[in-house]
Amino acid sequence: MVAYIIRRILYVIPIALGVSVIIFGLVHIAPGDPLNAVVPPDAPKETVELLIKAYGFDKPLPVQYLIWLGKALEGDFGISYATGRTVSDAIASGVVNTLILAVGGIFIGTIMGCLIGALAGYFQGSWIDKLATGFAIAGVSVPHYWLGLVLVIIFSVELNVLPAMGMGPGGSTSWTWDSEHLKHLILPVITLSVIPIGIITRSVRATIAEILTMEFIQTLEAKGLRKGHIFTHVAKNAAPTVLAVSGLQVGYLLGGSILVETVFSWPGTGFLLNDAIFRRDIPLLQGVILVLAMFFVILNLIVDIAQSVIDPRMNRS
Amino acid sequence: MSETILEVQKLKKYFPIKGGILNQTTAEVQAVDVIDFVVARGETLGIVGESGCGKSTTARLLMQLIKHDDGEIIFDGYAVGKSGGITTREMRKRMQMVFQDSYSSLNPRLPVESSIAFGPIVHGVNKSAAQKKARDLLIKVGLNPELFSRRYPHELSGGQRQRVNIARALALEPEVLILDEAVSALDKSVEAQVLNLLMDLKAEFKLTFIFISHDLNVVHYISDRVLVMYLGRVVEIGDVSAVYNYPKHPYTRALISAMPSMDPKKRTEAVPLVGDPPNPISPPSGCRFRTRCPFSEDICAIKEPILIHTDLKKRQSSACHMGDPDSGHSRTNLNGLPK
Amino acid sequence: MSTLSTNSSKNLDAGQIITDSPSYWSSVRSNLKNDPVTIAFALILLSLLLSAIFADLLAPLDPYKTNMLKRLKPIGTEGFLLGADELGRDMLTRLIYGGRLSLLMGISPVVAALLIGGLLGLTAGFVGGKVNMSIMRVMDVFYAFPSVLLAIAISGALGAGIFNAIISLTIVFIPPIARVTESVTTQIRALDYVEAARASGAKSLTIIRVHIISNVAGPVFVYSTSLISVSIILSSGLSFLGLGTEPPQPEWGLMLNTLRQSIYVNPWVAALPGVMIFLTSLSFNMMSDGIRSAMDIKL
Repeated sequence: MVAYIIRRILYVIPIALGVSVIIFGLVHIAPGDPLNAVVPPDAPKETVELLIKAYGFDKPLPVQYLIWLGKALEGDFGISYATGRTVSDAIASGVVNTLILAVGGIFIGTIMGCLIGALAGYFQGSWIDKLATGFAIAGVSVPHYWLGLVLVIIFSVELNVLPAMGMGPGGSTSWTWDSEHLKHLILPVITLSVIPIGIITRSVRATIAEILTMEFIQTLEAKGLRKGHIFTHVAKNAAPTVLAVSGLQVGYLLGGSILVETVFSWPGTGFLLNDAIFRRDIPLLQGVILVLAMFFVILNLIVDIAQSVIDPRMNRS
Repeated sequence: MSETILEVQKLKKYFPIKGGILNQTTAEVQAVDVIDFVVARGETLGIVGESGCGKSTTARLLMQLIKHDDGEIIFDGYAVGKSGGITTREMRKRMQMVFQDSYSSLNPRLPVESSIAFGPIVHGVNKSAAQKKARDLLIKVGLNPELFSRRYPHELSGGQRQRVNIARALALEPEVLILDEAVSALDKSVEAQVLNLLMDLKAEFKLTFIFISHDLNVVHYISDRVLVMYLGRVVEIGDVSAVYNYPKHPYTRALISAMPSMDPKKRTEAVPLVGDPPNPISPPSGCRFRTRCPFSEDICAIKEPILIHTDLKKRQSSACHMGDPDSGHSRTNLNGLPK
Repeated sequence: MSTLSTNSSKNLDAGQIITDSPSYWSSVRSNLKNDPVTIAFALILLSLLLSAIFADLLAPLDPYKTNMLKRLKPIGTEGFLLGADELGRDMLTRLIYGGRLSLLMGISPVVAALLIGGLLGLTAGFVGGKVNMSIMRVMDVFYAFPSVLLAIAISGALGAGIFNAIISLTIVFIPPIARVTESVTTQIRALDYVEAARASGAKSLTIIRVHIISNVAGPVFVYSTSLISVSIILSSGLSFLGLGTEPPQPEWGLMLNTLRQSIYVNPWVAALPGVMIFLTSLSFNMMSDGIRSAMDIKL
């Protein structure tokens, strides 16, 4: 197992390099001169020349990549000409706000998903199961940006009980634990939790149903174990799957939150990305994507390792 | 026409095992470790041994479904895949194989007729002629083409599927048929029918069989000669009657004494084989059977016994120090082992 | 041995009952016939598709005709069955026309990715070894991005436009399709019937054509239909972000984006385009599930 973990950690290196190549390439697939992508058209001549030097646009592509990579590793993604701030500053606050949403979404998603999935798995074939399965498939089919809009219509426009936009009163961009900020959190987190609820429900249902047909459960029943005890056995066996599925969902939520943040004007990375797209601010786009993708890569790594540790069957030698 | 149709010389196949941090090759399974034997035209050579001894690997090597690391296969006097010899493709046209799993060896999306006709079509026979051939072969294997030619594998019983597999193997009009546990998965009654069918077909098409099985009774019934494998090596080879009645190698003897018999007089009290075979990644030094052999001595760990005579003239030979007077083993006087 | 005894031994095999048992595909058909839910969603999809194709005949008004007097009329307004948008254009008309671009942008990336990813996966799975390694490691790199992120990254860099959105989504869907194709191909390549085909001397391309594709196609096709559901959501999402279609084209995601500004005036009209996206995505998912269980495919 140790060899597997080391191999898995080492494997992150080529993947991360590959990811960085793709993100570096974004500048070059952008139409027009890559210079135009990083420099505003009305910039003074001296600035342009300075930037050509700084980005190494006068050097061959691999050298440009290495220069860019070196800077990125130091946390320097360039200057966002849209905001004038350094990209890393903008990302730092954005990432925290996005994580708040993603963690909230996965928290609700995992609890609800396990609950509904377990009920469906236990009462397989019953109306509960049908309802849960239908709900799960609706959850994975729903365009979540639309769902957010519908929630806003219901709770902000029609009922006027919850705020429609922002993270806190007065355009707050940093989180504090008070009732106002919590109120702002409710709708976006519910919106985001729907997809993981759907996916986790499906996999928990399948896992529970599979475990219940296994012979060791019948043995436990034959031994006269109470239902509660049997449940702990089932839960223990279902845990690795649930962990893997919901762990990965955190990553997908980081991506999915981009659209939801747009709906709720939540000041996270999604909002930043939206800004970057709108102003064609490629350095900001690259920086945000790189950080989120690396987050996802590390998350995958952690999930794989955690799974190999808690699940003895995964002896991947 | 020579007497020998197939000759295997120093055939070797190791499978690498990946592992460690860089997923490098950390060990090798010595699946087939330098074996020699010959097959006479028209005979049935049985190959027996426990699972994992290299029987199936040998079959796949003969068909060149996997590449051997070393050694040579000589088909009808021509080295396979060598310049001046014959190509793998030519050899495959003359040697065919029936696999153990009757279900997975038929394409589930093709009607059985198309599965049988596939080989001839590949070799340039036109489609309608190939289909006619497929139907004729279905008759030969005892399946009415009116009922069966358009059926899919999942609509057939195991025995019927294996008949189709036999028909498919015969479609290229081969001279040699390798049967890799071809009847092992079948019910006993069906197995007997298929065995009879095979004997009939062998006579009708003048085939040579290489019959691989772990079932010693079946091998005894169908074979002319028998080859015993243990951990990737040949430990004994010879005429069926000689090997079954006077096994020379302690392993052969153990196998045969473990055979269930209906005759109470034939039941032996000899030591049965204990334990599992050693790991083929790190087989024992010297004689590979010594860790399970009741007659093992120091010499067995030091010196590797060699199977000397593999040609057809010799009725029986074994790779055991006890059969070689000069080996240094204390029991070399035994001609055959005490029963 | 005489022919007579040969025949007697051959004809012993039990089970030669005269039944015309069904082929695989006819059993799939009968499974589907007994699944009213799948049929219902297939019919919904069909009607969505037909109404998009025959939008000219079905839609009551011109999708581009603005009417300042009818701006943001609610659902049920005389002459505007589903209300009017922020420029007074008929919602029903625009929803019907919107199906054209939304379905095109949702389906075509998966079709393109099926061709490219399928070929890559087939090659990797069949050839194996180093070829497999190099193809699949490149796929792994793309897999390291959450799909929404990759789609936004590529179309963000390429800029807005239908074609750019389709390209970026195609890139998003190539790796998952390649992975599924590779794993199914690898499994099938190891089966004895492929070995038997090789043993009969067939060339690789013949084996792929006759034995591999017919068995890989089913699972990969079913998986791809479930991806269309994701693709519909993502492509409309790109338009919603301003990265797909551009105004005044009728497209569900873009309509959702422009109407979003008006939720305080006429909230439920704003929600309508999303209903269409949801319905389409749900129908593809349900149909994919139905076909999967009818074909008895486990992915």
